Amino acid sequence: MALNRKIAYIDLSTGQIKTAPIPLLMRKLYLGGRGLDIYLLYNHLEPGVDPLGPDNVLLVSAGLLAGTLASASARSHLAAKSPLTSFLGSTNMGGFFAPELRWAGFDHLVIKGRAESPVYLWVHDGEIEIKDGSHLWGEDTFETQDLIRQELGDPEVKVACIGLAGEKLVRFANVRTGFKNSGGRTGIGAVMGSKNLKAIAVRGTMDIEIKYPKEALEYNREVIDKICSTKFAQIMQRWGTMFIYGVTNSTGLIRCRNFQLNQLVGGNIECEHMDEYSIGTEGCFGCSIHCRHKYIIKSGPYAGVYAQGPEYTSQGAFGMEVGCNNFETILAGNYLVNKYGLDTLETGSMIAWAMELYEKGILTDKDTEGLKLEWGNDEAVLEMAARIARREGLGDILAEGPLRAIERIGEESRPYCIQVKGMSNLHSDERPTPSLALGIATASRGSDHLRSRPAIDLYHLPETLLREIYGYPTPYDGPLSSDYTVYEGKPRQVQWQEMCYEAVDSLGICKFHTIFLSPNLLDFDDFSKLIYYNTGLMISPQEIWEIADRAYTLERLFNIREGLRREDDWLVDRYFDEPTRVGLEIARNKVLDRKKFEEMIDEYYTLHGWDEHGLPRPETLERLGLDKEPSHML
Amino acid sequence: MEKILIVDHEKCTGCRLCELVCSVKNAGVSNPSRARIHIIKWEMEGFELPMVCQQCESAPCLAVCPVDALSRSGGLERVVIDYDLCIGCKLCVAACPFGGMGIDTVARRVIKCELCDGDPTCVAFCQPQALQYLPASTVNLRKKREAGLKFAELMRKFAGV
Repeated sequence: MALNRKIAYIDLSTGQIKTAPIPLLMRKLYLGGRGLDIYLLYNHLEPGVDPLGPDNVLLVSAGLLAGTLASASARSHLAAKSPLTSFLGSTNMGGFFAPELRWAGFDHLVIKGRAESPVYLWVHDGEIEIKDGSHLWGEDTFETQDLIRQELGDPEVKVACIGLAGEKLVRFANVRTGFKNSGGRTGIGAVMGSKNLKAIAVRGTMDIEIKYPKEALEYNREVIDKICSTKFAQIMQRWGTMFIYGVTNSTGLIRCRNFQLNQLVGGNIECEHMDEYSIGTEGCFGCSIHCRHKYIIKSGPYAGVYAQGPEYTSQGAFGMEVGCNNFETILAGNYLVNKYGLDTLETGSMIAWAMELYEKGILTDKDTEGLKLEWGNDEAVLEMAARIARREGLGDILAEGPLRAIERIGEESRPYCIQVKGMSNLHSDERPTPSLALGIATASRGSDHLRSRPAIDLYHLPETLLREIYGYPTPYDGPLSSDYTVYEGKPRQVQWQEMCYEAVDSLGICKFHTIFLSPNLLDFDDFSKLIYYNTGLMISPQEIWEIADRAYTLERLFNIREGLRREDDWLVDRYFDEPTRVGLEIARNKVLDRKKFEEMIDEYYTLHGWDEHGLPRPETLERLGLDKEPSHML
Repeated sequence: MEKILIVDHEKCTGCRLCELVCSVKNAGVSNPSRARIHIIKWEMEGFELPMVCQQCESAPCLAVCPVDALSRSGGLERVVIDYDLCIGCKLCVAACPFGGMGIDTVARRVIKCELCDGDPTCVAFCQPQALQYLPASTVNLRKKREAGLKFAELMRKFAGV
């Protein structure tokens, strides 16, 4: 049946592997994927451990509906204590890994200890083996996957692996699967590297039961029609997330030259350039949006190279953030970070920060070993990315991530570092948009837009529609506003999106299929139906909300256990002190207001049932059944 | 009217939804290893090709079947399996040049695409229309028109026609 996938406990130090069923109760409490991962992390990780030591616990999972008829049910989730933030490490990736893991019989892997020498895991049809991976150490993320497929003699094997960055313990190394997909954020790749775990290979031919096949097929067809009828999906099918740049840049909602401008004037990095390089688009498992381009670089040192992407984030990382205005630099940068296994966002942000420090004289040619870190020096940007992956010179310092790099470079560098909880912000400018700002300030894995971004806030939707969306499935009769520059009602939008994204991350559905960038996509009612038709479990929209609330609050408890305080839910001073300088009138001369921002945070905590310090109240813990955690049920 | 399942690999995005819906429709479960259609991928080059039974006119599977369990019947110009006759010798699997004849390891029998009795599920779900089920008589001209369109574009671009 759909729910008989197992959990495996793998100790890399001793080589011991145990498997166990996942009780139905745990599904009803946490679904799967991210939700169940946070339960496992909270229960299996000792507080205060070194994230790069053998005591860290690595979790690899598939969403509850991965591999089923649930619309892009392709998502896997990885968790650990983050070596970047020392708080929750959590990351999510698409592709084909999660369904294959389920066909191989498993939903969750709990990986502990540290192998003596490089290894990889081979998970196939109910079996798990620890195999020698010494010959793979040093290989890039493309070759590693191909070598493993050759070695195992099956081209259908799916691999999640690390590249050089993960081996070198770069604190924002990612985990990669296929040519494009990455579990990018919070440095889970470094956790794999610290455990000497180069890769996890999966292959399965075991049935996943679909409880009501006919209805599941019919409903999936309906869902695909619904998705493909949205303008958002149609644009994504054509351009991928790079289309966002056209919207945000023309308004003045992007970051340019670290934090100096909110618009790239005279831009040359619009998504339309993709037509010159694209050889088609690809989709993740079961997805009708197929948002990623396959491309071949035409000229320069990377001429002839085949790669996939890039996303909006790489436009930032190798475009506006570093002052570059050359589309091929974005294509090359995207290829390089994927090859090395670096998080593109963090890499671009660290380089942009270093460039502003170089401009201000805080870093000099001596620090950069002669590399001219000047805005728009494309070659220097790409070289710096490689030095980070190899941990050479300044790259070794930047590889430590924002907070540790500030300690190494000096306090005078701190004001220029755009981060929350030690993780860099997306290359968007949130000064004109309090809702987006609140989201990145409070996100449970450090600055992050994929935890709670109410992106539809930018659409000036009518209040009646906002009320329809944000007033359900739990009641809300507070304020809501169509104006994205005001503070009223934004905490509810952030909280609602948190619950929505927690739910889809636990189900294994892609956020692009939910109310993220279009108000007409899947919501809690749809999740409930998808769960029912595919698994037979009857979980109401209200119960899904409660599950998400439980998991999100447990993420909060995890962070508090690791030392999180209210002050950590805050943005750097530049958001409050430096006004935006360019863009449309609605985005110009904007700063965030400290007092109103504090009030938003108060309201946000209240909505969650947390006290003024951001600590979940005893009655909240009791309501969610968290008062006895850790409960060690798995 | 005779219809055929046409594969246009250029439109395929490699999402494998066809494999999923095929296995759900025909086996009642999610399990691509039990699907009748597969996307074959060359990941390092970014090339993907849907592979499925071609319903050959002169079908090798049918020719080698020692018990006449395979036949062209039902009015859909397809090759179907009569499981009452099939002895599971798998000669058809060996004979098929495309891998269109497969083995369902759970049900322990050979499987092939039978066009879902005239309404192929994979076609109904293929959003990019890499899979289409079209009247055979229109296929030739469709292809010619699509190829001609590219030629016409080139002529306009370079020859100013």
